[in-house]
Amino acid sequence: MTSAATPTTARAPAGLSPARRFQNTVMGGLILLATLIVVAPLILIFFYLLKEGIGAMNLNFFTRVPAPEGETGGGLLNAIAGSVEMLLMASVIGVLVGVAGGIFLSEYPRHPLMPTIRMLSDVLAGIPAIVMGLVAYGLIVLKFGFSGFAGALALGFLMIPIVVRTSEEVLKLVPLSVREAGLALGLPKWLVTLRIVLPAAAGGIITGVMLALARVAGEAAPLLFTAFGNPGVNLDPRGPMSALPLEIYRGATSAYDENQRLAKAGALLLITLIFVTSLLARRFSRRR
Amino acid sequence: MTQTPPVILSAQNVDIFYGDNRAVKNVSLDFRRGSVNALIGPSGCGKTTFLRAINRMHDFTPGARVAGKILLDGQDIYDPGVDPVSMRRRVGMVFQKPNPFPTMSVFDNVVAGLKLTGVRDKAQLMQVAERSLKGAALWEEVRERLNTPATGLSGGQQQRLCIARALAVDPEILLMDEPTSALDPASTAKIEDLMSELKKVTTIVIVTHNMHQAARVSDTTSFFLVGDMVEHGVTDQIFTSPRDERTEAYVSGRFG
Repeated sequence: MTSAATPTTARAPAGLSPARRFQNTVMGGLILLATLIVVAPLILIFFYLLKEGIGAMNLNFFTRVPAPEGETGGGLLNAIAGSVEMLLMASVIGVLVGVAGGIFLSEYPRHPLMPTIRMLSDVLAGIPAIVMGLVAYGLIVLKFGFSGFAGALALGFLMIPIVVRTSEEVLKLVPLSVREAGLALGLPKWLVTLRIVLPAAAGGIITGVMLALARVAGEAAPLLFTAFGNPGVNLDPRGPMSALPLEIYRGATSAYDENQRLAKAGALLLITLIFVTSLLARRFSRRR
Repeated sequence: MTQTPPVILSAQNVDIFYGDNRAVKNVSLDFRRGSVNALIGPSGCGKTTFLRAINRMHDFTPGARVAGKILLDGQDIYDPGVDPVSMRRRVGMVFQKPNPFPTMSVFDNVVAGLKLTGVRDKAQLMQVAERSLKGAALWEEVRERLNTPATGLSGGQQQRLCIARALAVDPEILLMDEPTSALDPASTAKIEDLMSELKKVTTIVIVTHNMHQAARVSDTTSFFLVGDMVEHGVTDQIFTSPRDERTEAYVSGRFG
């Protein structure tokens, strides 16, 4: 998870023929252009949201629920609270199952089920978010109705393959000699794995969890028919819950300016959170 | 030595296979309690393979198989009734490169074998840590920094920490796989000096590439060559009047 090598300015070494020097300049320019094209959408989106949304990001935004249609002064407290709570619940699911899967793939490479599990985990990573929502819908909503827990379950499922993959990779980075030291000490393998190998990989695993969180925090589709949304603040996971992506969707498709501004502020908050999480994850992986 | 100490480890017709490859061929050896025993030979001769068979580390190598008997205090460690985990507590191991547990402090490293298996008594752990670190000649250097990360120690200190960690569970045998090959001469000298102390509390089997080291520290020496144990005997005899001409060629530096 380290950043790529710092790009050096494409400067031609002395003593090159003018033709090659020209070619070097042109190619360097093209690469720079391509890079700008890649980064431009992110910058444009961020500044657009900053311009449009920052005005709505006042105290009300963080302390009130959306005002009734056509009125002003509302906020997104319901969505912020719902997103935070569902992401916390999703993390529990994603971490427990994901890290267990990562341990299995990394520590038991000769187990007969290993190739199957690895393949299933890769397939899971490719399943569209909305399908995960349907799974949670079938498992929970059909029986118990819309709930924050059902939404968290869908998000947790989405986190699992990401956490499996990253934790497998960082566990494999722990040197074999460390495992051997534990085993030679007369410790059983499960103890070596849980108390010696896992702590050594903890930094990388936390990075993986944060990246997975950043990835699912912006999902609206799996929440549409699981958490459903809620105009008020609801902290009870058994009831319908709002979330930032849901409010963004509703606000952006609303006819009222006030709701649209709220949606843009919500999007700004979400992007900022994802940006900060990614930065923290990087910081974490670099510190190790 | 007034009287010969008892045999603590006896290998009887040991063959070790990696798949179809017979890496160690029909080795029989006796090691006596409180001795330092060196295994020497050129790279790939099977000495490390043999060493790792003594605490069943091959259990984790796919395709590896041990035939014959290895008796620890008269009991075959490959007997189906033997639990490899508790057996390994009796046979400690120090590896080629220092391998302290990366997330643990100096103190936690030393007592890991006890603490992770449920010993909670602080006073007992402290006592074991002090005794083991003194046994590994590291106590004076780390007594003020027991709670600092083990990875902050120098390479030589880390290796002695690994020795202390192995000593903490009171092993009857201590296996050392080229323990000084990654260390500078000063650290190597410290560990060599340590061995004469260590054999008062345990029995050492050491694999070494360095023949001078074998001559300096060991009581018996076994010379391995492409899977065969060519010669086993008192160290002085192996180095001054070997019976086999291949041993003589190797210890006099003509090959290997």
